[in-house]
Amino acid sequence: MALMEVRHVTFAYREKPVLKDVSVEVGEGEVVTLLGPNGSGKSTLIKTVIGLIRPGQGTVHLAGRDISSIPQKELARHIAYVPQFHRGAFPYRVLDVILMGRMPHKTFFFRYSQEDIDIARTVMEKLSITHLAGRPYTEISGGERQLTLIARALAQGARIFVMDEPASGLDYGNQLRLLEHITALSCEGYTFIKSTHSPEHALWIAHRAVMIKKGAIIADGRCDDVVNSETLLQLYNIRVNVIRLNGTLRVCVPEMLKDNGAGEGTERPSVFVHRGTLRR
Amino acid sequence: MRTGLVITGLTCALVIAVLISLVLGKYPVGIEDVCGFFLWKVFNAGVNLSIDRQLLENILLNIRLPRIMAAVFVGASLSISGVAFQAMFLNPLVSPGILGVLAGASFGAALGMVLSKSWFFVQASCFVFGFLAVMAAVGVARFYKGNSIILLILGGVISGALFTSLLSIVKYLADPYNQLPAIVYWLMGGLTLVDAGTIRTSAIPVVAGVALVISLSGYLNVLSMGDEEARAMGVPVERIRIILVVITTMLSAITVVLAGMVGWVGLIIPHISRMIVGPDNRVLIPVSALVGALYLVAVDAISRLLFTTEIPLGIITSLVGIPFFAVVLKRAGRGWS
Repeated sequence: MALMEVRHVTFAYREKPVLKDVSVEVGEGEVVTLLGPNGSGKSTLIKTVIGLIRPGQGTVHLAGRDISSIPQKELARHIAYVPQFHRGAFPYRVLDVILMGRMPHKTFFFRYSQEDIDIARTVMEKLSITHLAGRPYTEISGGERQLTLIARALAQGARIFVMDEPASGLDYGNQLRLLEHITALSCEGYTFIKSTHSPEHALWIAHRAVMIKKGAIIADGRCDDVVNSETLLQLYNIRVNVIRLNGTLRVCVPEMLKDNGAGEGTERPSVFVHRGTLRR
Repeated sequence: MRTGLVITGLTCALVIAVLISLVLGKYPVGIEDVCGFFLWKVFNAGVNLSIDRQLLENILLNIRLPRIMAAVFVGASLSISGVAFQAMFLNPLVSPGILGVLAGASFGAALGMVLSKSWFFVQASCFVFGFLAVMAAVGVARFYKGNSIILLILGGVISGALFTSLLSIVKYLADPYNQLPAIVYWLMGGLTLVDAGTIRTSAIPVVAGVALVISLSGYLNVLSMGDEEARAMGVPVERIRIILVVITTMLSAITVVLAGMVGWVGLIIPHISRMIVGPDNRVLIPVSALVGALYLVAVDAISRLLFTTEIPLGIITSLVGIPFFAVVLKRAGRGWS
């Protein structure tokens, strides 16, 4: 049985349909990437999966149970939401942000216990961010902040991570490091449902890609089968070649920019020397 | 460790400030008389006092202590309401009046003064209209089918503006020789009218309210990350927010009942406290309650002593608060998006 199951979900925002009869199944340990243009309904689907939005029709099931029948707190112990790169209004310490993940395990009037702090320290160690514990959350780098949010999700005790464009706003190096962390966690059995704007991120780490356009799924399957020139043309209305590099990863090469001379380096000087340094 | 030290230190400072404040006043009472009196009163210890016990009891317990306790209540209430609102509305520039409670309570007090000679009626009207103003704000937000932060703030702006203009109408209609000056003085904020009875009545709700906000302070951290994140972490966002709005409204309305309009405390004390202990609301709430109480006890002492006639408290808190805020703004800007 699938771990998470979205069954015929339809959702409209002010009579404008956002999701039209969407069905997706996610197995345990799977990394599923949602691809789709802006406004295609990716974020809405993500919010439906974590129970923030109630679908107009259809249901979402977690291990066979309809999530609308699961109390918010219990749901949070199974599914963690890792939001987009954001800045908080208050410079809480990283440790305090991670401790927030313990909320679904607490009673109404609560204090964090030593056990909670130990759990927070363990997940920080796991992601090698122990050195950040006392730093203000608003002053660490974007990549470190994303890791903090993942640590918080781990502290929550959830096995399913739902991430809305986790890589957006991160620099190139941090994007790749984030993908590596996701891969490592998925090897331990964590399940990931994430959206992205970069098809390569799907090609590099996802087991499955689900493509959404105008609120409907146009393709769903193994990345190798699903992500190709035709589907990307359909999705983004742009010609892209998907090329396998020497039997390793596949990359996307856009058709439209191929002939602009960038990267060839013969007609143009490859290094521009600033005048000031020439005169000395 | 450090937190415990700060809280202990501030508690001691507050006790000392209250004792010093008890000494200050027209009738000379020495610090040894104040200490001796309380030793006798609380522990029934036999001590020699240089002043008649009956007179001392009258000065300390019936005249000075109610006023000082009012300063403690008002300072603590406004400060923690400020911290709670800043966390709930994800904005360090928010003050306790954002949902209209202060405007509503001022209108209620003014209306009470025009309609009735009974001081109790004025206080009741003040408290009730403080609540009505916030209910109007929440009602506006609900009307547009949302409990979202932005709608609540807009509701507060509308409700605050409504009650401010209603206050103007009351002022316009008030008898210009007796009622109008009374209203104007009231709105300047002050503790001159505080009596022991009012303090006894307000002690339970204030202490309970402050204790409840402290016990819910762990939620404030999560709420300040935004509604969606908080809900995804299993927090019943709407329920917690309504509970906190009701408690802070009660606390803020009581401050108007006790002291009229005391401006800027709810904005600057949270910032000062954040500079001392950082932004974690679990520590910040109790610390700002202590700092706020200390601040108002000190300001009240200054307002009594500085000149021969007393300056209204609200004028001093604003005069101190505004330049202070201008100075800390740069530092406080850390982490604002």
